[in-house]
Amino acid sequence: MVGKKKGVDEFSGTETTGHEWDGIRELDTPLPRWWLWVFYATIVWAFGYWILYPSWPTLSGYMPGILHQSQRADVEQAVLELRSKREEMGKMLGTATLEQIEADPNLFQFAREAGKSVFGDNCATCHGSGAQGFKGYPNLNDDVWLWGGKLEDIKHTIQVGVRSTSPDTRQSQMPAFGRDAMLESKQIDDLVEYVVSLAGRPANTEAVGRARQTFKEQCAVCHGEDGKGKRELGAPNLTDTEWLYGGERSDIRAQIVTGRGGVMPTWGSRLDPMTIDALAVYVHSLGGGE
Amino acid sequence: MQTEAHAKNDPRWDMLFAPAIFVVAFLLAFVAAAKSPEPQMQIQAWTFLAATALVLVWWVRRYAEGIPADDSSPYANDVIKAGVIAAMFWGIAGMLVGLIIALQLAFPNIFYFPDLPFTNFGRMRPLHTSAVIFAFGGNVLIATSFYVVQRTCHARLAGGVWSWFVFWGYQIFILIAGTGYLIGVTQAREYAEPEWYADLWLTLVWVTYLLVFLGTIWKRKEPHIYVANWFYLAFIVTIAMLHIVNNLAVPISWLSTKSYSAFSGVQDALIQWWYGHNAVGFFLTAGFLAIMYYFIPKQAQRPVYSYRLSIVHFWSLIFIYIWAGPHHLHYTALPNWAQTLGMTFSIMLWMPSWGGMINGLMTLSGAWDKLRTDPILRMLVVSVAFYGMSTFEGPVMSIKAVNSLSHYTDWTIGHVHSGALGWVGFVSFGALYCLVPWLWKRERLYSTALVEWHFWISTIGIVFYITSMWVSGIMQGLMWRAYNEFGFLEYSFVETVAAMHPYYVIRAFGGLLYLSGTLIMAYNLWRTARGDIRLAEPLALKPQLATA
Repeated sequence: MVGKKKGVDEFSGTETTGHEWDGIRELDTPLPRWWLWVFYATIVWAFGYWILYPSWPTLSGYMPGILHQSQRADVEQAVLELRSKREEMGKMLGTATLEQIEADPNLFQFAREAGKSVFGDNCATCHGSGAQGFKGYPNLNDDVWLWGGKLEDIKHTIQVGVRSTSPDTRQSQMPAFGRDAMLESKQIDDLVEYVVSLAGRPANTEAVGRARQTFKEQCAVCHGEDGKGKRELGAPNLTDTEWLYGGERSDIRAQIVTGRGGVMPTWGSRLDPMTIDALAVYVHSLGGGE
Repeated sequence: MQTEAHAKNDPRWDMLFAPAIFVVAFLLAFVAAAKSPEPQMQIQAWTFLAATALVLVWWVRRYAEGIPADDSSPYANDVIKAGVIAAMFWGIAGMLVGLIIALQLAFPNIFYFPDLPFTNFGRMRPLHTSAVIFAFGGNVLIATSFYVVQRTCHARLAGGVWSWFVFWGYQIFILIAGTGYLIGVTQAREYAEPEWYADLWLTLVWVTYLLVFLGTIWKRKEPHIYVANWFYLAFIVTIAMLHIVNNLAVPISWLSTKSYSAFSGVQDALIQWWYGHNAVGFFLTAGFLAIMYYFIPKQAQRPVYSYRLSIVHFWSLIFIYIWAGPHHLHYTALPNWAQTLGMTFSIMLWMPSWGGMINGLMTLSGAWDKLRTDPILRMLVVSVAFYGMSTFEGPVMSIKAVNSLSHYTDWTIGHVHSGALGWVGFVSFGALYCLVPWLWKRERLYSTALVEWHFWISTIGIVFYITSMWVSGIMQGLMWRAYNEFGFLEYSFVETVAAMHPYYVIRAFGGLLYLSGTLIMAYNLWRTARGDIRLAEPLALKPQLATA
């Protein structure tokens, strides 16, 4: 600092370094003690951590640390612990019949919790996290079931899916009466009135009269002459107030014209039997189970 | 021609070569536009071509009627003015995109336009991050560094018009990168999304930037190099290294946008986060610390608190920061030992980071009373406080046990934004509020009261933003790992998403406030540059100026 004129800052009484840049000077304040000691402490801590845990790479591997900690082993341990937590009840679930599960309150509770967890990650995407369904995706809380609402029915639907890739899939296909020109537009208009009347809502009686024969010929084979549907064919009941694709006249018309049908995947090949049992119990217990 | 660096009859090679690069770029872009079979490459090439053409038009207009006065003034100012304008433009654009994507997350049904693929969240998010970090932040850094290095070296910017090449070259990079994201061109590397040709162009621009900066330091008239310049230099050199290594890639064709990285698997991930973390460390920390080291002592009119602390924290910061990247890859395929090093170096980084905070805050000693009356100084000081907060939060989040909760959650987003909005944003705003009256030779800002409004609106915006992300992030992490008494997951993923909704709304509101503050600032700076002074000033800095 030869030749530098060091000043002293009036306010703090600290010496300046004697440099000045564009009016900016610097004080020669020593390092704050607490800062330095905390810095040292973090360095000491780091050395300690390196000794305990896997740290520096070496020519042939890495320093394993005296605790020999391994993330892979930690994960395996955590998975084991989780499995053992589920093990006892899981075994019971694996051997019990669906009816036995529902009869044992503890097992039933376990199955419901397991089913809820699986439902959230696999089924909620389409059916909603509350199983409330959406247009085109059935509500699982009500007592309307396309393929049956008994435990066994639900389990089977989960296993094979609907219009899925499974060879045993539940299969139904409503024809596209309009798109494939099986019916004329006028006939479809009349059928809409007929379906509305089936649901017990006011409809154009003349149109209903005209459509009676068409319904008998085209629709009754699946939906039944009374329109109450046939579960063995997956054909919905048209006389209730629940509508998969909507109950407005335009919705009904769209369905007759295009004959939509959704796809439910086959879960039999993706989830283990115990999980499917739990899922069936869960869905069955949602409120609509028969 | 009368600049100190050039004698009267010296040929101005810079005047020849700097525009020549744009001519060559124009021709290359023309070939690519004409010959590439890829629509995306054609769009990028035409955009590049149009941009270089506009720059050349600008060049001709600037020099058509002789050498402008700015080229022979003691300090180059025009290129810094241009940087300030560009920073404001990109800042508003980037923050607006941020608000849009925040609204997309809060109201996915409303802000969803399947017919307009460029509005997709996946394309808009990198547009936001790149625009605010590199376009806004980068222009602030380049402009302030050009300003600071000249004043603290007592030397005009080296290289004649090469600083203009840096400015325009950088804007073209931003344009190509940003429009590329919108048409789906990306390397899918966080903060390094632009493809190979944009990376090559940026390399050229950045090395020129380094040479201009170094050249200015080289011909300085001050015996010592000021601490701000150490930080600027560390930022420029390290970003060059990070950018080049992380973007090593082989294009599938010279006429294609697509390239493949030189790295694969976990090495690729580690290189990427070595880059990504040090983009935070050297772009968003070292660069903006340089701004702090000039503008806080300048605005407070107090000496820097500790020269020794500045040396020790500078060297410890740059030595330790470069190791911390692996903490972005905890509990992944990255070897455990590498995670350990990333974590322990992050912990050791705490005090080196805080050295800058101490030097910034303690420089105020003897001038704390100014915080009451000077909202610009208050903005700068609050930025340092946010810096201290987020550089404490960072090491905490790097601890594996904490990271197992925080990783992949909104907590990370909250952490980033306390640094980005609080530190980087506010220190930039403070610097811009100082720079505009200085550069445009105005007595003071148009309105100090508007700075007060900006300060409070944006501060409240930050608080909304980061608190909502803390709550939602920690809640998200806890929901993901919650098991019930039977050993099954308590919540489905979609339930955790639904739980985020109120916090996403609050976050978007915080972002709206922050953007509003920036718009107020843009108005204030525009009026200042025009030469207006708001007379009815309730918070006049100096009473004698009230009649000016």
